[in-house]
Amino acid sequence: MYRYDEFDARIVSERVAQFRGQVDRRLSGELLEDEFKPLRLQNGVYLQLHAYMLRVAIPYGQLNGRQLRQLAIVARDYDRNYGHFTTRQNIQFNWVALKDIPDVLAKLAEVEMHAIQTSGNCIRNVTSDHYAGATKDELMDPRPWCEIIRQWSTFHPEFAFLPRKFKIAVTAAEHDRAAIRVHDIGLHIRKRGDVVGFEVHVGGGQGRTPHLATLVNEFVPEAELLDYLEAIMRVYNRFGRRDNKYKARIKILVSELGEAEFRRLVEEEYAAQRDNEKIDLPQAEIDRILAYFAPPELAAKPDTSSAFEALKADDAEFARWARINLHPHKTPGYTSVTVSLKPIGGLAGDATDAQMMTVAHLAETYAYDDIRVSHAQNLVLPHVALDDLPDVYRELKAAGLHTANESLITDMIVCPGLDYCNLANARSIPVGQAVQEVFADPDYQEDIGRLHINISGCINACGHHHVGHIGILGVDKKGEEFYQITFGGRADEKAAIGDIAGPGLKADDVPGALKRVVDTYRELRADKGELFIETLARLGHDPFKEALYAAG
Amino acid sequence: MPLVKNGTEIDNIWAFVPDEGELSPGGCITVSLGRFRSERDILLARNTDIGVRLEPGDDPHELEEYLDRLQLIEISFPKYTDGRGYSQAQLLRRRFGYAGELRAVGHVLRDQIFYMNRSGFDAYETARADLHEVVNALEEYSDVYQPAAGDRTPVYRKRHES
Repeated sequence: MYRYDEFDARIVSERVAQFRGQVDRRLSGELLEDEFKPLRLQNGVYLQLHAYMLRVAIPYGQLNGRQLRQLAIVARDYDRNYGHFTTRQNIQFNWVALKDIPDVLAKLAEVEMHAIQTSGNCIRNVTSDHYAGATKDELMDPRPWCEIIRQWSTFHPEFAFLPRKFKIAVTAAEHDRAAIRVHDIGLHIRKRGDVVGFEVHVGGGQGRTPHLATLVNEFVPEAELLDYLEAIMRVYNRFGRRDNKYKARIKILVSELGEAEFRRLVEEEYAAQRDNEKIDLPQAEIDRILAYFAPPELAAKPDTSSAFEALKADDAEFARWARINLHPHKTPGYTSVTVSLKPIGGLAGDATDAQMMTVAHLAETYAYDDIRVSHAQNLVLPHVALDDLPDVYRELKAAGLHTANESLITDMIVCPGLDYCNLANARSIPVGQAVQEVFADPDYQEDIGRLHINISGCINACGHHHVGHIGILGVDKKGEEFYQITFGGRADEKAAIGDIAGPGLKADDVPGALKRVVDTYRELRADKGELFIETLARLGHDPFKEALYAAG
Repeated sequence: MPLVKNGTEIDNIWAFVPDEGELSPGGCITVSLGRFRSERDILLARNTDIGVRLEPGDDPHELEEYLDRLQLIEISFPKYTDGRGYSQAQLLRRRFGYAGELRAVGHVLRDQIFYMNRSGFDAYETARADLHEVVNALEEYSDVYQPAAGDRTPVYRKRHES
């Protein structure tokens, strides 16, 4: 993984000093809350329902054991023993006192972490495939380019006060696990001959007006990527709407201008760049960053492992976990392990300080000191030898981290909702938990197969309901919570925005209604291999709408 | 309002003349882009220094061919959250090569000055920051990750300087 050099370290420690000064000026009253707001926001500090919340950046979702341990210490010493992993591969602490935040940031800086640009109307943490560098299906490792983009966008003087927040995602795999088509900019790494380049998608996003991104350029060679991004950002900064917060994202600019005109503006701006404006990243710098992401030296192993096979034969629960939570690794004898943060009845994405310590220890002992956060709010150990799976599983189980549900129906994305969030109209957590309960039986969920349910407690769509195979959106109608169901969304390479099925349901009716929908799918699917989303595409939404509203 | 330029506080000898206001016969004046557009010949024929004040929606390309006739360009920040002025400044300085004074006016806060400076501003009219603070703000970061206006070498070059 990337490690700070003297420059990175100095920039981050200067940031801590700067924010300490800003907090002092706020606490002394010299800065008004209104003036402090954009400053705290660019340091990941939100004022939430109950307290300040601190969002810490986990660049493209990668951590090492030391970093995760430090997050655990922050959770223990400054929060209530919890951290919340987010859909943007970051972590949030919900109960940190403002006066303590500079100290927390200093602790993070010790382990090469920060909260820079995790909020505010600037370029946010770059996200990527949580199996990057490990998965069989990638063209190359996307993380070096994520790091290059991270550095370029950090304190970019021109793009610190954009019309609205700005999210960039990068993938290099055919199966898109980074949801690039619902990001402001989505980059897909391609090759033409020996030249690495980027397919550039712009203007995707969720929120109250969901859009899929437009393909703006099929191939931007790597040497030109940052200059091309500058052109897009300048067009957005100059022409993006600022009159209405809900129309300020780049997706609205792209849709109001139209694809052709937007592309023309970007190309015109790009063509106008003079030599003195070009970033012209030296090849030596690209090589320097690439070197940090060299694959770990994995000892050669056979395809199968007798220890692994033996425990599978012996322990059905382990065998199930192994069927569900492992992802194929590019190296024989290894696998990527999902550590589910979605126990039945739990809080999606939450981990205790003790659980973080466990995962840190596992990473250091068995997993080449590499941990990822997935956009589905789980943790991943990307490089684990099959031989070590029995030991890894035992430790996970002891920590309550062995839930076998990766990408199954109980592996839901759930926003904090009305229980924590300032913006929410409805609760998400209890509804998510009630839905989980209905599908909790391990055989039942495994039979249902891959099915993504995503829940948002308001139209801002932090729970990604638009791209859930089944989406649930909480709305408030005259003081009562209702839940609108959508069908057919997906966030992968076949990205689609779900369609609203009909009138909203009361919270108590949601679990039963979804069970009817899912059982209808089990009756109608062509065979066991046909996923819910595929049956839905084949048959249309009607049978499922009927099931949704059928009287109990 | 205090005006800080190149690390020192200076007197403001410039006056902005509103669109409906009468042009004084002498003195250094700035006008809006609209007024500059409609009265350009009169303005450029004057024997005094002339400046233009850009509002966030103004297109700096309109000034490109007159830049060597202008002694001051003010970029207005009605709200600090409106960042269009940063792009205007970058275009003027880096693309069009404007070498005169580039002044941030309006809602200019201490904590934006670092970004303003790197975007090409060299003067700041600010009610909320004294000289000491402005100078501190300019020096908050020893290193930068990207090229911008000014002569700071980005770290991706420093790293490979032998």
